[in-house]
Amino acid sequence: MSAITLPRRETYLNANYGILSWLLTTDHKRIAVMYLVSITLMFILGGAAATMMRIELFTPASDLVDAATYNKLFTMHGIIMVFFFLVPVIPAILGNFLLPLMIGARDLAFPRLNLLSWYIYLLGAGVTLWALISGGVDTGWTFYTPYSTATPTEVITATIGVFIVGFSSILTGLNFIVTTHKLRAPGLTWFRLPIFVWSLYATSLIFVLATPVLAITLILVAVERLFHIGIFDPTLGGDPLLYQHLFWFYSHPAVYIMILPSMGVVSEIIAAFAHTRLFGYKFVAFASIAIAVLGFLVWGHHMFVSGMSLHAALMFSILSYMVAIPSAIKVFNWTATLYKGSISYDTPMLYALGFIGLFTIGGLTGLYLAALAVDVHVTDTYFVVAHFHYIMVGGAIMGYFGGLHYWWPKITGRMYSEKWGRVAAILIFIGFNATFFPQFILGFEGMPRRYAAYPPEYQFLNILSSLGAVLLGVGYILPALYLLPSLWFGKAAGANPWNATGLEWTTASPPPPNNFDKIPIVTTGPYQYPGKKETIG
Amino acid sequence: MPDFSQLLNEASTMASAVDLLFFTLVAMSSAVVIVIGGLIVYFAVKYRRTPENQIADQLAGSTRLEIAWTVIPLLVALGIFGWGARLYFDIVQPPAQANDVYVVAKQWMWELQHAEGKREINTLHVPLGEPIRLTMVSQDVIHSFYVPAFRIKQDILPERYTSTWFQATAPGTYRLFCAEYCGTLHSGMLGEVVVMEPDAYRSWLGVDAGQAPAVVGEHLFVQFGCSGCHKPDNSGPGPSLVGVFGSTVTFQDGTTALADENYVRESILNPSAQIVKGYEAIMPSFQGQLSEEQLLALLAYIKSLGSGGAGATPTGAPTPTIQP
Ligand SMILES: [Cu+2]
Ligand SMILES: [Cu+2]
Repeated sequence: MSAITLPRRETYLNANYGILSWLLTTDHKRIAVMYLVSITLMFILGGAAATMMRIELFTPASDLVDAATYNKLFTMHGIIMVFFFLVPVIPAILGNFLLPLMIGARDLAFPRLNLLSWYIYLLGAGVTLWALISGGVDTGWTFYTPYSTATPTEVITATIGVFIVGFSSILTGLNFIVTTHKLRAPGLTWFRLPIFVWSLYATSLIFVLATPVLAITLILVAVERLFHIGIFDPTLGGDPLLYQHLFWFYSHPAVYIMILPSMGVVSEIIAAFAHTRLFGYKFVAFASIAIAVLGFLVWGHHMFVSGMSLHAALMFSILSYMVAIPSAIKVFNWTATLYKGSISYDTPMLYALGFIGLFTIGGLTGLYLAALAVDVHVTDTYFVVAHFHYIMVGGAIMGYFGGLHYWWPKITGRMYSEKWGRVAAILIFIGFNATFFPQFILGFEGMPRRYAAYPPEYQFLNILSSLGAVLLGVGYILPALYLLPSLWFGKAAGANPWNATGLEWTTASPPPPNNFDKIPIVTTGPYQYPGKKETIG
Repeated sequence: MPDFSQLLNEASTMASAVDLLFFTLVAMSSAVVIVIGGLIVYFAVKYRRTPENQIADQLAGSTRLEIAWTVIPLLVALGIFGWGARLYFDIVQPPAQANDVYVVAKQWMWELQHAEGKREINTLHVPLGEPIRLTMVSQDVIHSFYVPAFRIKQDILPERYTSTWFQATAPGTYRLFCAEYCGTLHSGMLGEVVVMEPDAYRSWLGVDAGQAPAVVGEHLFVQFGCSGCHKPDNSGPGPSLVGVFGSTVTFQDGTTALADENYVRESILNPSAQIVKGYEAIMPSFQGQLSEEQLLALLAYIKSLGSGGAGATPTGAPTPTIQP
């Protein structure tokens, strides 16, 4: 088989050659590709830690690795997956690549700042990996005090790494906000923006407002460890609950950093493959903003058994129910979008539909955890582990994979194997459920999380979960096996292989270095597919 | 070797109430998943792209539908909130009369002491059908007292008391877990709760009971010189402690606080933080001089001097003391 050659045309990929043309680029598309490579590497590392854990959990005793190693593994898994994969994955890769294309701009508002963000990401990742490799950290990704001020492991180095990578998020958020305000093409009003842009905007607000709190909190932990100034350690006069409040003030909104972009991707995909307008566009758009705002007011739901006051618990419980409503609105609107559509089932659509299913289960089990009395029983058990994996893996990663497949032809100019794409999507969906659904039951039966060894009565469900993880692992490896070869052997995609609307599909694939030969002028709203019948809601 | 094979057992007054809510949620969420999933599959098949169905109907939306699927979930959510909160009140508020058990958690073991004096490590014997109130403190990092069969869990903090309670409804042996990650052997911080018939429990308790914490506390009260100032008839330079526990104390600056477990603790370890109205700041700090066990014994003694008022019992969420 010989490689199919595309007709010669200047694209962002062939405009210059050589390693420096990448490392010094300010082209948002190239930076997105560099993020794709580095974030994928982190995903592999985080996944390797998870694999070790699931193998260990086949048996009740800690036999493959000892307890200290197991604790370092789940810490490594959590830190890498949350801070270096889930948080940046969609904004930094797909957002970077698509935001200027979707709003008809030639680049982000601050292209050099964008490159700097990538270097900051690398630096943060390097420092954290150094901590994880040189000695490991055993605090869990939550760094709870006073354990994190007492443990002899590499807490300071790891927190400095996470501190650094936070600035990458803040700068990316700033860049996106300014870009969305300033660089929209003529005629592209706010309500003509694709939902993905709305959700990136909401995510950027959280980046800019919440990340500094995490940075301050981690610095305070380091200060306490280095100088024995009592902030969180009660023996020094500090308050460990203060740490939990500060930590979750960032980390709950961070859940929405992970899920909002995914919701945006899914909105794009569903409209594109149903060839129809997004049902309730404005409601979906405002739901993103509502989630971003309300998401700042619910952090205490992680602390119902921490010794927090009863009144605070009541407020955080009711607010947590409030934040569930905009998410429900989105699910209903996506479902309604399918009604009387013309639906095709290409790979991205399978991921998007899978997303709705898994996100719905993740969201519904959040209602259990927000119910105070139920939370007392299932918090800190595998029920919580299952819940947040349904949101963050079932939701965020399904959305990311859907988006990666949807825009792969735009990014690379090539089509991948549709057949293998579908196989992987279905395998990931099944493998995911097989891995995490048993964990809901384990949690209800009382198995605490972060246990290196566990009582034998929990073994059966743990075996099911680990077997599911094998399927899931295969599902995650498959895309590498058909996406990479598509770079050389895939058939040329053309500008718009899905017949989708959106400015990104009006330019060539891969796009030219400056995105558009001529800046487009926008005269209609998004998702203007041909219709048999039109109704205005 | 006790038999824990029975998973999902309900062994406390709280368990069946929590489970009723839990399984109601299971039923509701299953219904939602079936309806949403069903609609998606139905639409997916019915409106698939075929040669005849190349062009979709363009529906912009429906404000009525949007209102319906905002308001209905909101009402349901508020209902669940109320139900969960109602039960939570019961979980955090122990009945006025309960058997006291003192818990000191440390890496990686449970030290338990009954009000009658008996001490245990990693195993807690309790009588069937009587409320048990736990007053807990950690000697190092945060731990969490979790008995799945009772559906109760409460974090245990260093330097601060937290509390929870339960009433067992079935004899047997139940697992006790540490549920808050506490370091290397976190998963080895296991214990068990043995629920006995009250008669059997009393005879078990009678053997080698040891000294009751309140009695030990009384000795400490004399030994550390507390009794020289805090005279029961209020004739000393410090206030009398009779009837103080559970009452509302007024400080020099006019603020008040409920004299709960954490107030007593703070008053012993950091007395100058809050000075009771009408007294001088002359009491020395006992920081570093008393072990957690001794502090709990003093607390038990001060509690035994009489209780100030109703509703003074500790909860999982003690009233924060007001700093001047
Ligand atoms: Cu949260
Ligand atoms: Cu512990």
